[in-house]
Amino acid sequence: MSGNRILSIDNLRVETRTGVLLDDVSIHVDRGEVLGIIGESGAGKSTLALSSIMLFKAGCRPTAGSITLGGQSLMGLGTAELETIRRTKASYVAQSAAASFNPFYRLEDQVTEIPAMAQKLTATQRRRMAIELFEELQLPDPENFGRRYPHQVSGGQLQRAMIAMALINQPDLIIFDEPTTALDVTTQIEVLRLIKKVASTHNCGALYISHDLAVVSQMADRIVVMRNGKMVEQGPTRQLVDNPQTDYARRLVAHQGDGSYATANGSDKTLLDVRNVDVGYGGVAAVKDASIKLGSGSVLALVGESGSGKTTLARSIAGLQPARQGEIRMRDNLLTPLVERRSFDQRRLVQYIHQLPDLALNPRQTIRDVIGRPLSYFHRLRGASAEQRLRELMEAIELPAAYLDRYPASLSGGQKQRVCIARSLAAKPDILICDEITSALDPLVEESIIKLLTRLIKDEGLSILFITHNLGLALRFSHTTAVMQAGRIVEHGDTRAVFEQPQSDYTRSLIQAVPQLREGWLDGFSANAA
Amino acid sequence: MSNKVTLGVSVAVLATMAAAAIFAPVLAPFPPNEMVHTPFDAPGVGGVLGADGLGRDMLSRILYATRYTFVATLIATTLACMLGVSLAIIAGLSKGWIDIVIGRAVDILMSIPQIILALIILAIAGVSLTTLILTMAVLQSSTYYRVTRPIAGDLAAMEYVEVGRLRGERLHWYLFKEILPNMVPSLLAQFGLGLSSAALFISSLSFLGIGIQPPAADLGGLVRENALALSTGRLTPLIPAFCIALFCLSVNGIVDWLVGRFSDKPDVK
Repeated sequence: MSGNRILSIDNLRVETRTGVLLDDVSIHVDRGEVLGIIGESGAGKSTLALSSIMLFKAGCRPTAGSITLGGQSLMGLGTAELETIRRTKASYVAQSAAASFNPFYRLEDQVTEIPAMAQKLTATQRRRMAIELFEELQLPDPENFGRRYPHQVSGGQLQRAMIAMALINQPDLIIFDEPTTALDVTTQIEVLRLIKKVASTHNCGALYISHDLAVVSQMADRIVVMRNGKMVEQGPTRQLVDNPQTDYARRLVAHQGDGSYATANGSDKTLLDVRNVDVGYGGVAAVKDASIKLGSGSVLALVGESGSGKTTLARSIAGLQPARQGEIRMRDNLLTPLVERRSFDQRRLVQYIHQLPDLALNPRQTIRDVIGRPLSYFHRLRGASAEQRLRELMEAIELPAAYLDRYPASLSGGQKQRVCIARSLAAKPDILICDEITSALDPLVEESIIKLLTRLIKDEGLSILFITHNLGLALRFSHTTAVMQAGRIVEHGDTRAVFEQPQSDYTRSLIQAVPQLREGWLDGFSANAA
Repeated sequence: MSNKVTLGVSVAVLATMAAAAIFAPVLAPFPPNEMVHTPFDAPGVGGVLGADGLGRDMLSRILYATRYTFVATLIATTLACMLGVSLAIIAGLSKGWIDIVIGRAVDILMSIPQIILALIILAIAGVSLTTLILTMAVLQSSTYYRVTRPIAGDLAAMEYVEVGRLRGERLHWYLFKEILPNMVPSLLAQFGLGLSSAALFISSLSFLGIGIQPPAADLGGLVRENALALSTGRLTPLIPAFCIALFCLSVNGIVDWLVGRFSDKPDVK
C-alpha cells in the first residue's frame, strides 16, 4: 500500500466497435513524479492519458482493467461523480493553447473558471488567484496579464496561461499533452523549465505526452513507450535512453542522430542564386535583403523560428509571392518575380512541396490524377507511356502501383507526402523547394522521407531547398545551411561550419535550444541562461 | 427513420409527376386546348377532373401544365446554377477588381425584388418560353453566387489550387477539376432548394399573366384561369395549386435528406 500513489492503471483495455485502441496497458504515477508517454501518432498516447480521468472519445469504452485515481476506483462511476473528480483532482494541458482558449473571454476569467464554479468567489478574489499563478509562471506584468484576451499574447505566454489554468484547482494529477510541440525551440525551453519547476513545487503527479524523445527524456522520471495501443517498453528515463531493451525503442533513440553531417556530393556550381531579395505583404516587409545560394546537387537548409520569413522567401523563389527587389537566378536565367510570367520550362524546373499534404492534395482526385497531371501538362505523356511513367514514379516513392486508384483519404500522412513528392518529380525538376514537408509527420516516418529524398538527389540529380525549424534535421540532411531571423539571413555557410562555429549569437542560441537526450541538458541550459 | 419515410414519399411523388410530364401526350384523354366538354362540367361528368370555364378537359390541361412547369424549372435552375457557380469560382480565384465588380453586380440584382425585375425584363424583351427561362436563370443565379462564393474562396486558398497555379493551369482546369468537384455536396442542397423556388417563381409569373402564354398554361397559369371558379364553389383551381405545393414539398424532402447526408457525418478520427 503506497500512500504516495496518485494514479494506477492496471491491464486497461479500450475498444471501439471495430478495433482495440489500448491493449493490456498498466502504468502508475506517484506524487512528485513525471511519467513520460512517447509514441507515434495513433499509438494511443492521448487515449491512455485521458483514460486516467475516464475521458474517452465517442465510441470508445474500457472493456477490461482498472483505473484508480487518488485512491478511488473510477470504473463504473456515474457522470456526476466523474465530473467532480475531473474538476478537483486532475487537469489537462492541451497541445494547442490557441485552440483551447475561448477568444471571447479575458484570460483571467478563463483561468479561474473552475474554482469560480465550485465556490462563490468575488471578482477580486478571482483576480488575486490568477495573479499569483501568473507571477509563479513568470508571465510579464502579472497584475494586468489576465485582463488581456487570448489573441493579445504570444503562443508561449498562452501555453503558460494554460498551465496556470491547470494549476488553479491544485490537482493531484496534471496531463500534459504535447504542450510544447507547437512552440519554437527557444520558447519551448522556457515552457519546459516552468513545467519542470511547477511539477516539483506543487508536488503533484504528471503525465507528459510527446513524440519527441529528447523532450520527454528531460522532463520525465520514467518513460512508457507506446506503439499501436500496446506498451512496448517501460522504465526509468536514463535506463531507457542509455540501454533500450526493445528494437522499437532502440530505433527511437537512434533517430536522434549521432551528430554526423551529410556528405556533400554536389559540384560547386551554383544552381540557384538569390540576391538581395525583399518581399513584403502590403506595408510589412517579411524578407529583407536576403541572399542565398543553392549548389547543384546539394541540399540547402533554410532554418529559423516561425515568423522569420523562411516560407515567404521560398514562395518568392517559386514566384507565388513576388519579390519587390533583388534578383533570382537559376543557372544563368533570370527568374521573373511572378510565376504567371515565367516560361513553361522555368515553371517546370522549380517545384514546390507544401507542408501539409492534406491541403496539397485534392480529396476528389485519385493518386493517378494527381501525379498524372504534370505528366500530361509538362511532358504531353498519354496512354501507355504515361502509365509506365506513373509506375516508375510510384516505384521511386516506394508505394505499390495499386495505390494509383486510391483517393488521398485512404493514405497515411507519410504516404500522402510521398505522393506530393512524386507529383513534383513528375515534372522532372532541377530544384525542389520543400517547405517543412516533414514537420507534420512522426519521427520515424520523417526519417524514411529524408532517406527517400537523399536517394532522389543522387538518382534524379535534384537540388533541394529544405525549409525547416528542426535544426537536428538540418544538421543531418543538408550540405549548406542558411539561418533566418526577422526576415534577414543572419548566417549562411557549410552546415558543419554553421553548427560547429556559429558566427551569430542568434544561431548559437538556436543550436543550444535543440532538446538533447543528454542527462541534465535542461538544467544545464537554465544555469547557462541565468 | 422518419427522414427515410419523407425521402421515400418525396421520391415517389416527384417520380409520378415527372412521369406525368414526360408521358402527357399519351396519358391525356383529350387535346389540352380544345373545348371538348360543356364549360364548368363537374368532375366525372365531363372528364375525370371536370372541365374549365371554356369546356377544356382539366386532367389533360394539368398533365400538360406539369410538363411546362417541369421543363421551365429544370432548365432555368440548371442555367442559374451554372452561371452563379462559374461567376463565384471566377471571383474566388481572381479576387481583386473582378471579384468586386461581380460581387456588386450581384448585390444590385439581389436588392431589387425579383418579381418586379422579371416584370420589367419580360415587358421589354417580350414573353416567350426562352426569354422566360433566361430571365429566371439570370435572376436566380444570384443566390447560387451568394452560396458558393465563400466556398470558392476557401477552396481557392487550398494548396492544391496553388500547385495548379505553379504549373500554370488555365481557368477551366480549376473550374472542373480542382474546385467544382469539392463543391458538389453544398451545391446539391442549394440546387434542390433552387428547384422549388424556381417552380414557385414561374408559377407566380404565370399567375400574374406574364409567364407561359395562353392557350398553353403551366400550373400557375391554370390557377389563374380557374381562379374565378372558386367563387362558384368549385375546387378545380385548387388542384394545380396542390400540384405546385406537392412539387415544392417533395423537392424539399429530398434536399433535407441530402443535406443531412453530407453535413451530419460524425467526425470520426
